[in-house]
Amino acid sequence: MKSFKYVITDPVGIHARPAGDLVAAAKKYSSDITIKAHGKQAGAKKLIQLMGLGVKQGDEIEVVIEGADEETAASGLEAFLKNNL
Amino acid sequence: MEKFEGKAIFKGVAIGRIMFYGKKENIVKRFKIEDTAAEIQRYDNARKESIEQLKKLHDDAVKKVGEENAAIFEVHAMLLEDDDFNDSVHNMIENEEVNAEYATAVTGENFSKMFAEMEDEYFKARSADMKDISERVISVLSGKDTTATFDQPVIIAADDLMPSETVQLDKEKVLAFVTKYGSANSHTAILARTMNIPALINIPVDPSWDGKMAIVDGHTGTFYLDPDEDTIHEMTAKQDKDLEERRLLQELKGKENVSLDGKKINLYANIGGLKDLASVLANDGGGVGLFRSEFLYIGRDSMPTEEEQFQAYKAVAQTLAGKKVIIRTLDIGADKQADYLHLDKEDNPALGFRAIRICLTRPEIFKTQLRAIYRASAYGTISVMYPMITSTEEVEEIKKISAAVRAELSADGVPFGNVEEGIMIETPAAAIISDELAKMVDFFSIGTNDLTQYTLAMDRQNDKLDRFYNPHHPAVLRLIQTVIENGHADGAWVGICGELGADTSLTETFLQMGVDELSVSPSMILPVREAIRKSYAGKDTKSGCFS
Repeated sequence: MKSFKYVITDPVGIHARPAGDLVAAAKKYSSDITIKAHGKQAGAKKLIQLMGLGVKQGDEIEVVIEGADEETAASGLEAFLKNNL
Repeated sequence: MEKFEGKAIFKGVAIGRIMFYGKKENIVKRFKIEDTAAEIQRYDNARKESIEQLKKLHDDAVKKVGEENAAIFEVHAMLLEDDDFNDSVHNMIENEEVNAEYATAVTGENFSKMFAEMEDEYFKARSADMKDISERVISVLSGKDTTATFDQPVIIAADDLMPSETVQLDKEKVLAFVTKYGSANSHTAILARTMNIPALINIPVDPSWDGKMAIVDGHTGTFYLDPDEDTIHEMTAKQDKDLEERRLLQELKGKENVSLDGKKINLYANIGGLKDLASVLANDGGGVGLFRSEFLYIGRDSMPTEEEQFQAYKAVAQTLAGKKVIIRTLDIGADKQADYLHLDKEDNPALGFRAIRICLTRPEIFKTQLRAIYRASAYGTISVMYPMITSTEEVEEIKKISAAVRAELSADGVPFGNVEEGIMIETPAAAIISDELAKMVDFFSIGTNDLTQYTLAMDRQNDKLDRFYNPHHPAVLRLIQTVIENGHADGAWVGICGELGADTSLTETFLQMGVDELSVSPSMILPVREAIRKSYAGKDTKSGCFS
């Protein structure tokens, strides 16, 4: 299992468009990917769940990855978050 | 006429007939399904067709309203790919043996509620997206078209507008949006901004309004149902003013203040406080030509401290980001007074103890203000000008005080910028001796309101004098001409900051006289710019000079 933390810098937070992009990025990997924020969690491949977290600018999220490609998924998603959120 | 107060989310005025945009919500019946596998297949087909529709809508919308507003359709397509949504529909069909329409409606409703309960306004607004996608799938399932059509331009009234509905509306035919619900972050709001049409929320719209006349005032948030003649008249004028402003902005924003024959002048704004700064920037002012500092002194019980004044001047200098700000020192007198100054009541305040006469009599007030102005000059481009000058002796005395202030600040190690010093030319005395005054200052700013009143010996507030009062009196225009020539002879630039500066029938005359700067109220900047750009500054092009 791999995990890392990230603080959202996007002014609106994980809003619809980038949430969709995040789902697309997560679907590239076979691992189970979970996003945790303010005591709730959501599947990174599930758009409605992700938006339902209501993550805003300045919120810290934790990304937990478990599966065969967890190493590449962790570095890939970290890069995605830095570039998009 | 009925009047409702709502919240304006985009300004502007619209007058027209209402079209009540009832949600074409599909009425969904629940019934039992035998072949649940086939029903799930029917749902998946409808979902895929919906996604195809959304992709096409996205491509159309990119062309109509731009990528930013079209993105909503891409998001909707992605939402229809969401496992949770689809699992919910599938499970209901399978376990409860219900029809696909019903399962979709309930699922949409559930997810919509989830977002509606979120705290953040942005996420709350997403509940409309959830309803929207389920409605689309249901329409496909039941073979209905949900797009509304109308021939005449209308004011769209609705409980709420779904994002996809707003984008599909024919832009040419929508005058305004008025809704009961919605938020400043909703797609309706974003779209209204893009389409540049007024929009109000929190108006108790009713289906019975359909077809009635109405007026939307997006400046005040007011909605008029069945407006009376007077209101229509008043609002039409307001609308015309908006259109004129918008036209000027589109044509003239960012353009130079240059005459047809290439003479460039500065066009600045007159302001009475920090609250006016936004309109200076919105109207493309090149700077502030008259910053009336009285607002700092009036409406309070004690003298503003140096620090308070410094903060206010600094805020202006910083907001204008290097553009020139000309601060006029205290111009107060028996007519506009502050109690704590204990000024005696005077029979003739216009000719009395006021402005620089108070400052030179009570130099402690004057020095405090000058220290604040000089300190603020380290944060931008600040100039200072002195009102109600009549003699060279006054200017000498002022310059001694300002030199002392500079010396004090230097001794204390307080930074200050290079502050131009100028005087108001608003008495005939100053205009007549402007040749001597020009040697002492960096610039003149002609205050035409007082100059006219003192030259003509007429109080312009006195309506009995209307038939005698000529705002373009040749005596005033000749004085202006003299001041400009005398200023230029000794290297002082000359501006006009009174109301005549904004009189576009005189703009060409002033250019021909050689004026360097006009300072006008923010809303007059663009009209005057337009006048400058239609004028010739060369004297032989048009007669009309007064020398």
